[in-house]
Amino acid sequence: MSQYLLRRLLIALPSLLGISVVLFTILALAPGDPFEELATNPAIPPEVREALRVKFGLDDPVWTRYFRWLTAMLQGDWGFSFASRVDVDELILGRVPTTLIVIGSSQLLALLVALPVGVIAATRPYSIFDQIANTLAFIGFSLPTFFTGLLLILVFSIYLDWLPFVYRADVPGSGWPWLWEHIKQAIMPVLVLGLFQGASMTRYVRSATLDVIRLDYVTTARSKGLRERVVIVKHVVRNSLIPVVTLVALQMPAVFGGAIVTEQIFRVPGIGSLLISAILANDTPVIMGVTFVFAILVILFNLIADVLYGWLDPRISYR
Amino acid sequence: MSATGTGERLLDIRGLKTHFKTDDGWVHAVDGVDIALDAGETLGVVGESGCGKTITAMSTLKLIPMPPGRIVAGQILWRGRDIVPLTSDEMRSIRAKEIAIVFQEPMTSLNPVYTVGDQIGEVIRQHEGLNKKQTLDRTIEMLRLVHIPNPERRVNDYPHQFSGGMRQRVMIAMALSCNPKLLIADEPTTALDVTIQAQILELLAEMKSKLGMAVMLITHAMGVVAETCQRVVVMYAGKVVEEAPVRELFRNPRHPYTQGLIRSIPRIDLAAVKKTRLEAIGGVVPRLIDPAPGCRFAARCRFAKGICSEATPELREVAPGHKVACVLA
Repeated sequence: MSQYLLRRLLIALPSLLGISVVLFTILALAPGDPFEELATNPAIPPEVREALRVKFGLDDPVWTRYFRWLTAMLQGDWGFSFASRVDVDELILGRVPTTLIVIGSSQLLALLVALPVGVIAATRPYSIFDQIANTLAFIGFSLPTFFTGLLLILVFSIYLDWLPFVYRADVPGSGWPWLWEHIKQAIMPVLVLGLFQGASMTRYVRSATLDVIRLDYVTTARSKGLRERVVIVKHVVRNSLIPVVTLVALQMPAVFGGAIVTEQIFRVPGIGSLLISAILANDTPVIMGVTFVFAILVILFNLIADVLYGWLDPRISYR
Repeated sequence: MSATGTGERLLDIRGLKTHFKTDDGWVHAVDGVDIALDAGETLGVVGESGCGKTITAMSTLKLIPMPPGRIVAGQILWRGRDIVPLTSDEMRSIRAKEIAIVFQEPMTSLNPVYTVGDQIGEVIRQHEGLNKKQTLDRTIEMLRLVHIPNPERRVNDYPHQFSGGMRQRVMIAMALSCNPKLLIADEPTTALDVTIQAQILELLAEMKSKLGMAVMLITHAMGVVAETCQRVVVMYAGKVVEEAPVRELFRNPRHPYTQGLIRSIPRIDLAAVKKTRLEAIGGVVPRLIDPAPGCRFAARCRFAKGICSEATPELREVAPGHKVACVLA
């Protein structure tokens, strides 16, 4: 098992390398100049701007710049942000925890909703519960997060004034009030992302469970005199989770994409909003760093999915 | 499986009707079936696919999915007590502990994600209240009983590590692990190849002589019935058409359907002497949605007369222990 993990991690390296080549090339081809505002500033002579470009090596050919980036990266140097004048790794590391907390809790919420609702709906297909769950699921994944997000802000922040609509990473204070403040500001982004994900996940869980529930071994389990709850939880759910794990892992990039939008709406200072501001400022080292972190996270979640497979299904052996 | 019944009436199915709701109407899958079984007896239930054999067996354990299925009439007396009105909680103490079942498809009847030891042990723990160690011992003992080599090691293997025949042995071990009084074997050999079929039938006979349970063997192979059963019930289109001791049935089949079934057994002795065509019963099984009155075999019967399609023939005794549902027999 640990050997399998090590090998998978080693396979991840060339993928990351390939991803970095593609990202770097696209960014190099994209128009825009990080120092363009200097061009409009009459106090700065064009020679200074030219000197800056040379200093950062912006006029070198793409492949020279790529290898410079790569060697620096291998030494743990992620580059320097043109816009914020800080190291990229410092900038990203300061924001990753916020993103992971918001995405992590929303995925947890999605699972907590989707698993029981999907399974119960599948055990009573076409019942009232199933119909209601289906309708809500359709509404849930038809409404985009930027709409539900604004709706929540309007209701809970503007009209009711219960929750803050700007997420702050640096909440003052400590202890319980500090924690409560953190929870309060996380409620809306987590709810919006989590329910959106949960809605489609409910559909996956329901259909996967419906597929399993009519299989022979479920009848065998019933013929043993087991409680219906044991039959469902032990014999059905574990098998129906196998395809769900695949779908959830495949959805991870979309989850991060959705998080970018949600972070923008709720002003969550995560790496998603960092990416947006970096793109607007033509801050290539930061764009490169953030997209690379997204790539690493997606590969990591796929690895977790593979490990989960093996745990769920003994027919998969790690050789 | 030649031991005679010990007399106690275990199972008495009376007028059982199990119907299924479909978009086109109610399918009368089992439509007034009477089957009785004594302790220690081996009863064969034969008939072609779709005649209601499996639904009868599943009704006996109340494993019919409801809806769409429904037991609309009849009684299933298990040791004198009608189990039709029982709740699913009450049924649980009968399943596996008193009536166990082995299914047709060993490849799909075991859960792929648990070890066979886990799946057998689950039944034992459910009904016998043993601790972990005792359960494991009993599981290994059951695997040894059904001749699985190396049971101490195999107990930790997953179903995909077993062949079809071995999986059916596991299913039998699972079914017998709580010493049921009745084992329902629903076409236990249909999905297996011929040599393995013989081994499984032999194993069932051996288990019966060792453990003494009654067996209801559901099959469509007349040859299997001749070898293993004492009494035979022939079903057609949801009804019992003939019932007789096995020798009587093969020597003196009264119902035209039974006669057709026996004639359709390939005869290797005749084939060696002259070229013979395998006889088949013409026609197809009638639709079971709102069936018309009269004998359901009439459309395929070579002796059919006008009277056959007027009234449904009742099962009547024509000789001691020999019942037939045909007005002409």
